[in-house]
Amino acid sequence: MAQGQVECPVECREVCADMNKIPFVEFRNIYKIYKMGDSEVRALDGVSFSVFEGEFVAIIGQSGSGKSTCMNIIGCLDVPTEGTYLLKGTDVSKLTDDEQAEIRNKTLGFIFQQYNLLPKLNILENVKLPLMYKGLKESEQNKRAMEALERVGIADKYHHKPSQLSGGQQQRASIARALAGAPSVILADEPTGALDSKTSAEVIDFLIDLNMQGNTIILITHDNFIAARAKRVIRIHDGKIIYDGVAANDTIIRQTLLSQKEGEA
Amino acid sequence: MKLTKTIHMAFGSIMSNKLRSFLTMLGIIIGVGAVIILVSIMDGVTGQITDAFESFGMNNITVSITSRGSTRYVEPEDMYEVLDENPDLFTYCTPNVTLQANLKSQTSSESERVSVTGIDETYDKINTLVTEQGRFLQFVDIDKMMKVCVIGTYYEREYFGRGEALGKTLKINGEPFTVVGVLEEKTDSTENSSDQCIYIPYTVASKMSWNRTIGSYTITMTDANKVQRAKAVLERKLTKILGSSNFYRITATQEILDELNTILDTMKMALVCIAGISLLVGGIGIMNIMLVTVTERTKEIGIRKSLGAKKRSILTQFVVEAATVSGAGGILGILFGAVVSALAGKLLDITIIPSFFAVMLAFSVSVAIGIIFGFLPAKNAANLNPIDALRFE
Repeated sequence: MAQGQVECPVECREVCADMNKIPFVEFRNIYKIYKMGDSEVRALDGVSFSVFEGEFVAIIGQSGSGKSTCMNIIGCLDVPTEGTYLLKGTDVSKLTDDEQAEIRNKTLGFIFQQYNLLPKLNILENVKLPLMYKGLKESEQNKRAMEALERVGIADKYHHKPSQLSGGQQQRASIARALAGAPSVILADEPTGALDSKTSAEVIDFLIDLNMQGNTIILITHDNFIAARAKRVIRIHDGKIIYDGVAANDTIIRQTLLSQKEGEA
Repeated sequence: MKLTKTIHMAFGSIMSNKLRSFLTMLGIIIGVGAVIILVSIMDGVTGQITDAFESFGMNNITVSITSRGSTRYVEPEDMYEVLDENPDLFTYCTPNVTLQANLKSQTSSESERVSVTGIDETYDKINTLVTEQGRFLQFVDIDKMMKVCVIGTYYEREYFGRGEALGKTLKINGEPFTVVGVLEEKTDSTENSSDQCIYIPYTVASKMSWNRTIGSYTITMTDANKVQRAKAVLERKLTKILGSSNFYRITATQEILDELNTILDTMKMALVCIAGISLLVGGIGIMNIMLVTVTERTKEIGIRKSLGAKKRSILTQFVVEAATVSGAGGILGILFGAVVSALAGKLLDITIIPSFFAVMLAFSVSVAIGIIFGFLPAKNAANLNPIDALRFE
């Protein structure tokens, strides 16, 4: 496969694991344009970047910046108006709906802001869903789902309904669901948006742990403190990337952290 | 994904909304119930009619001679000859002479107008009559033109009292007849029932009739299936004797019953079609509620799709759910139909057994309705765009 090597931004050279590998996620000049009557909204206005195996990338931006559109395209839930999106080297736009479903099932694990657990199923059944769609045997589904629940530390709650758990526990369950299928990339869309700061910190700690263990994580957030904990930050503003590099070098993050220190001092 | 798992899931979602599920099922319950009730009752009625005919004798052929008063007529000997020539077709034959006569006992002064039947000694075998007291008519009675009679229980009780009739005398058109036998009670010994009957030798009866001829013959066949051949043989003989096929009429019980069954079957189909309309309405109800369900569960569909559910999985999930609703409705409808037909059977005093065929048909039709009417909503669900579905609130 003729794989165009994408130049990694200078600032992130040190975090890119292996330049010669095929990136897990590759955006090539992606546009997403919504037509609203006569005017058009450019949610993504020519975005290019790559994410390699083992990275922990935070895509940050204010609401309306285009970060959610970015996440939807990465998650194969939406298709770009123009440009090419390669997931592990496969051009997603050329796949049928069912092939996209399969690639979501095999390569991606979603963590949503609102957890998106099915309220009528218990935690174990929720975690088993992606495994069921994978077509695994019932016994294998149970085994893997319980393993995932143990990793997030709520194995004892497996028979509870989502509504019987706290927000933090529900988010853990949704992390377990994302982990169960052993995906290449974990996509977390504002995973702490509905949680208090203490639980948020726990969830982020947990994601960092997962990254240490070798999982590739893409985190979507509007929160500079959360983004600061990622290795690499991609800042999106008005549909364009305005910064892509190590988190500590992002001016806004630096200012935010500084002002926080001053506040403490 | 396994079908059992899908069905299990479908039950879960039915049970989570019991009232709505029940109301959705109601159309199917009523439809299936109506089909079962109507089929059962029609089967019961058909069975009763068939039973009634069988008591006349399913193998019987009646030959009516319509050339009364003409110079040509059929002698009993001619008929016996046909029987002897075709032992593979026929077993018995009896002449039938029906007279309207005045009947009274020896002691009473008032007489009543009754119907008296002249027959030969094989009549009891042809019509499966059982003589309870005394004996039936015998060859010698016929041959010697004996003035004897066999009576039903109605006359026994009216004139003599139970078990008192044998050896007593009845006057028919003023002539004394000795009672030699009493038949077994067939119904309830009331007037106009089959227990109101009086049989005398046909030789005597024909002599008492105005034209001294024999009006009809009853013949039994060895096998009801040979009715066409038997009729052909009789027609040939009778046409030869009477000179024309206009002077007689041949009717086979089997043929009448067949015709009757055809009419009843047509009626049954018409009724089932009417009941089927309520099944159709039930199906539309299911489609309606499934469309609502799909809209309500758009978010769920989005989540499932984001986790890798293919179109087929979503389609199967919703089709199975619709089929489970209608199948469950079908089972409840079968129970409802069975109970009501049992009650109707008691009320109408006929034997009603819901047929296995009707039950299976009703159940398969109800499941099929779920699949057919669930397909459109399920297809809508399967075709939802994942991101739109996921964002739906």
